Amino acid sequence: MVVQGQMVQLSQDIRDEGAPAFQVRDLSFFYGKEQVLKGITLDIPKRKVTAIMGPSGCGKSTFLRVLNRLYEIVPGARATGEVWFDGRNILDPRVDVVGLRRRIGMVFQKPNPFPKSVFDNVAYGPRIHGVRRRELKAIVERALRQAALWDEVKDKLHKSAFDLSGGQQQRLCIARALATSPEVLLMDEPTSALDPAATARIEGLVRTLKEDFTVVIVTHNLQQAARVSDHTAFLLLGELVEYAPTEELFTRPKDPRTEAYLAGRFS
Amino acid sequence: MKKVWERFGVVLLAGGAAAVLLTLAAIILFLALRGAPALSWEFITAFPRRGMTEGGIFPALVGTLYLVVGTAIIAVPLGVGAAVYLSEYARGGTWVRIVRVGVNSLAGVPSIVFGLFGLAFFVKALGIGVSLLSGVLTLGLLVLPVVIRAAEEALRAVPQEFREGAYALGATRWQVTRSVVLPVAMPGIITGAILALGRAAGETAPIMFTAAAYYTPRLPRSPLDEVMALPYHLYVMATESTFFWKTRHLQYGTALVLLCLVLVFYLAAALIRARIRRRKRW
Repeated sequence: MVVQGQMVQLSQDIRDEGAPAFQVRDLSFFYGKEQVLKGITLDIPKRKVTAIMGPSGCGKSTFLRVLNRLYEIVPGARATGEVWFDGRNILDPRVDVVGLRRRIGMVFQKPNPFPKSVFDNVAYGPRIHGVRRRELKAIVERALRQAALWDEVKDKLHKSAFDLSGGQQQRLCIARALATSPEVLLMDEPTSALDPAATARIEGLVRTLKEDFTVVIVTHNLQQAARVSDHTAFLLLGELVEYAPTEELFTRPKDPRTEAYLAGRFS
Repeated sequence: MKKVWERFGVVLLAGGAAAVLLTLAAIILFLALRGAPALSWEFITAFPRRGMTEGGIFPALVGTLYLVVGTAIIAVPLGVGAAVYLSEYARGGTWVRIVRVGVNSLAGVPSIVFGLFGLAFFVKALGIGVSLLSGVLTLGLLVLPVVIRAAEEALRAVPQEFREGAYALGATRWQVTRSVVLPVAMPGIITGAILALGRAAGETAPIMFTAAAYYTPRLPRSPLDEVMALPYHLYVMATESTFFWKTRHLQYGTALVLLCLVLVFYLAAALIRARIRRRKRW
């Protein structure tokens, strides 16, 4: 029994520290003729928070949208290179994006609940993936608990999502993304439309979510990257300038451009 | 000097706006005054009598309602389908530009041309004959571009964030369209469709050769029967009936009923739009 327990422990460690969630290799990205990302290579570890940081227009949102192939809904967008996720290059056109996006949830810059009830928002993902009606209730409750929203909305599940405050709406969007039981959560500046109190709640949530999920968070807020992330990547004009454990990057930046950014010399 | 000119300009612009309102008020007032004496329960519910010099307009009223409902059945699904294709599926490219030019050109074709086309194609070539069905098909083509443009506009007004949110959850294009985009756009689509149908209700030229009868002794029993219709009834009473100078009050009454019918359509559209604006929170 003891041996078995050790085995389990061992495989857990391998999963945590071993294979990364994403292996990005020489990723370039184009909108029409304009190149937005230039040959990016990095590994995103499992069950950690990885922050993508950089000034506006550096390509960080685009980078996030490559990871779930959401860039495809914009005509004229094109990615080259490789992005490995669970043994497959997700840029391969044969990859099933529906299944991919079920496993990789996303939260957007502005809270974007659907004009439906709280319940129907969270149940949207499971429903389109064919989950049966009687299982929905449990899934919705679990997702809302994971997003630390259950206690606030349990009595108004059938009220419009727009009755919630901005911060609650954003946590609802997190619950909606978690309802399909993804392995990864992509967050695109999830607090940029929120007040400081709501921001603090979301950041606290992100720190607990990494126990179960791989989180990739885009932010142009230095303090946020420092507060929530384990690793930070600094992008500038589509280039990966530096990628390191967050503490190291903030205290001992290796690239002068990172140092300049941290000192507030780019906006 | 500059100030005087500016003031003059503003007065000119305000005058233009006032002219619109005055014209509308004049038409409504004129018709109400001349037509109101003819209005009665009998006028609305009775058939015309004595070579249309007495009696009511019941069959024309019912005929117009049939034409409007039929036009809706033809044009709304087709128009909304085309708009969904253009805005959600095709999204840009030469093909969409060609279709859009086609839609706009169709919207610019005079209604009498639609009438003659309906006569040549539906009535003669397809052999449907002068009938409710031919009229409905012709009117459907007439309002199709209007429905398409209104629906496309409503679809395009749906915030992209809703689509992104649904795609990111793994929804297919059809799921995104059906469960998120269409429900959000629906009130706008309905408003546009009602306005288009209001226009169809008042058209004479497209039904003149395809559907309308001078007089029918009974209501249509099948889509292949001819129908009477308010605008055509008004037209023939004013120009071709035997004693057209004796039936002026009936003509004004008919015009007033037709105007009220169309205004009801526009009012419904305005109410729906006001409701959306109140409920819209994104």
